Amino acid sequence: MAAVMHGVLLAATATGHASLVDWGTFVVAAAIVLSGAIGVVVARNPVHSALMLVMTLFGIAVLFVLQRDDFLAAVQVIVYAGAIVVLFLFVIMFLGVDRDENIATEPLRGQRPLAVALVALGVTGLLLLGEVSKWTTGALSVAGSTDSSTSNVAQLGTSVYTTYLFPFEVTSALLVIAVVGAVALARRPPAVVTAPDPDDELVDESAPAAADAHQEVTP
Amino acid sequence: MSTLLFAAASGAYGAKIHTPHIDYLSILPILIMMGGAVLLVTASSLFRQVMGVGSATFITVGTAIATLVAALFQWDHVVTHGAKVTIAGSIAYDGFSVFIQIVVAIAMLLTALIADGYLKREGIDGPEFHVLAMLSASGAMLMGSANDLIVIFLGLEILSIALYVLAAFNHKRAESGEAALKYFVLGAFSSAVFVYGIALVYGATGSSNLPQIADYLSKNVVASNGVLLAGLALLLVGFGFKIAAVPFHMWSPDVYQGSPSPVTGLMAAIAKAGAFAALLRVFVSSFGTLRADWQPIVWGIAILSLVVGAFAALVQKDIKRMMAYSSINHAGFILLGVQAATVRGVSASLYYLFAYMFMVIGTFAVITVVARDGDSGHQLTDYRGLGKRQPLLALAFAVLLLAQAGAPFTTGFLAKFTVVAAAVDIHSYALAVIAMASAAVAAFFYLRVVVAMYSPVGAVGDLSDLDAGELDAGPISVASPANAPVSVHGQNDAVASLSVLTEGPPTSAVADRMVRVPGLTTVAIGLSVGFTIVFGIIPGPIVDFAHQATLLFT
Repeated sequence: MAAVMHGVLLAATATGHASLVDWGTFVVAAAIVLSGAIGVVVARNPVHSALMLVMTLFGIAVLFVLQRDDFLAAVQVIVYAGAIVVLFLFVIMFLGVDRDENIATEPLRGQRPLAVALVALGVTGLLLLGEVSKWTTGALSVAGSTDSSTSNVAQLGTSVYTTYLFPFEVTSALLVIAVVGAVALARRPPAVVTAPDPDDELVDESAPAAADAHQEVTP
Repeated sequence: MSTLLFAAASGAYGAKIHTPHIDYLSILPILIMMGGAVLLVTASSLFRQVMGVGSATFITVGTAIATLVAALFQWDHVVTHGAKVTIAGSIAYDGFSVFIQIVVAIAMLLTALIADGYLKREGIDGPEFHVLAMLSASGAMLMGSANDLIVIFLGLEILSIALYVLAAFNHKRAESGEAALKYFVLGAFSSAVFVYGIALVYGATGSSNLPQIADYLSKNVVASNGVLLAGLALLLVGFGFKIAAVPFHMWSPDVYQGSPSPVTGLMAAIAKAGAFAALLRVFVSSFGTLRADWQPIVWGIAILSLVVGAFAALVQKDIKRMMAYSSINHAGFILLGVQAATVRGVSASLYYLFAYMFMVIGTFAVITVVARDGDSGHQLTDYRGLGKRQPLLALAFAVLLLAQAGAPFTTGFLAKFTVVAAAVDIHSYALAVIAMASAAVAAFFYLRVVVAMYSPVGAVGDLSDLDAGELDAGPISVASPANAPVSVHGQNDAVASLSVLTEGPPTSAVADRMVRVPGLTTVAIGLSVGFTIVFGIIPGPIVDFAHQATLLFT
């Protein structure tokens, strides 16, 4: 899909209708992204929400292609749409799909109108700012120009092994934390053994002894 | 297939990749700290049967000491050879970064000593506590050395994610899990805000590297600076969450209260050290030319933190919540040095961080032991009569609390003095006056605990008198009066007979039982108190130390 889009774009550039095709692609992709995002919130079935999320992420991938960023587009599809949403679906399946939430009851009174008002305010402000002010400072990216002949992937790869070598290596610490943290959180404390013991008297004798020993320690 | 790809790659992009030179000395403490964590997790899985809490503590203490030695060696090297930027501009190797390494290494050392007794008492086995604490500490150290916004973000995440897990470490307490969840949700949110800030700053300046940002801003007059200022604001919000400055402090009381007490001490010390280090480097060093834009905002945050921290702490009954608000108040003080944005302000903030690290970890060491089994005795009533039962422990606690209040002849006084002096230096008189007033308010709630410790447990009549009296008649009246003797008597019938051991008068029949202070915790408390007093009386060495720990670029 990405390659096809790129091909279409290149063809359009050749024929001189780049801006029109760009605009058309942007509109379609933006519509996909927005309708997907709204669908995530509105859908009653969590599985549908997850699938709507795939649609949004796919639309974003198209937008990346539009920016000549093939690598990010591919990663977007493989990692987000592929791996992460599948993980979401696993969790939803584990927790049970048919348990759809009752949206009518609100945990926080009046949060929905407030959310609509705040989002409307934010979007209006953003559009107004975009209209009245010039925000860009004109600095060029250090990673390199997007128009150069070297491919996107090669530029990113070079960055990771030169400029950003140290951050790239340090990320491994996060993985160690993830593993150790998952083990620490998932391991339940050893359950108190309350198995029916045949000789209860032994247990009764040992309990006060333990308590005594404990008290001797406390002072 | 692979050879074909390789051939294609070398054909099309023949340029050889020149990997940067790695200056291992500049990241040695971080490597040792992370290496210690990996070593511990490996050793404990290989020798599960023989390794207990004790050996995990041993490895952790050893790692912390090795880190400290490496950092001191670095200090010597920086002083003699000068500061520099290493590893493709990712790491700043200067006095400032080495100072933070030293602070965090000591914090880790003290926490390991305290955690040993805590883990044994609570019956939590497994080395994960120490492993995560060490990784978290390495994240804080990374934030101190980071010279690139990406590295700062990675340090922030390493620091925070390990702390989220540590906050949930006590399975037996429901509050622990609640604290972790709150910390995680709000922390992840603040991280997202921080990353957004990085993206906007990168978009505006074309670089995430701090010196390059400074370079760009000094060479260009940014006329349309909307993106830049928005990025700056979001970065400030992200840092504000981590240092628990008002109005981004909402998580802190609940998290401080719910986390295991040694974790709270570590959290207070290293999260502040790491986040303030990065905050100082980014704002003073990179955005120094924009200080007219950000100084007023930091001014406002500092005042809010000072005032809200001091007044909210007054009404707390739980000592850990009180310490949370007290740490918000301290964050306000450290922000005075940030707001000054001068060399003097930076060194004042550093000195404050160093002094605060000892005070807060020592305080939480005492809180840990007084809380007893289950880590639950955090009410003021639990401290009542401590001065009688365990005079040394009470004295240590009193010293640490008074130092936090800023009593003379402690490091706490000097810390407050230096940041206020830095604020006066740049003519922020209003800020300095408010800071001193908030210190006076804060002294009240610290003294309240001290008075509670030294007031007798007393007869019931005595307490009911207080109950009848007005609330502000005396600090001790806040302790819930009637319940204390009854509950103690009821729960610890057997223990009450043990109180004969105490030398008190016959009224001590209702005396609370003594708390057990493990040996290693005693060492940690002793080190904290010793540092606080010795370097409060002889301030020279540490003040000079902080003064020499300058930023590479200012």
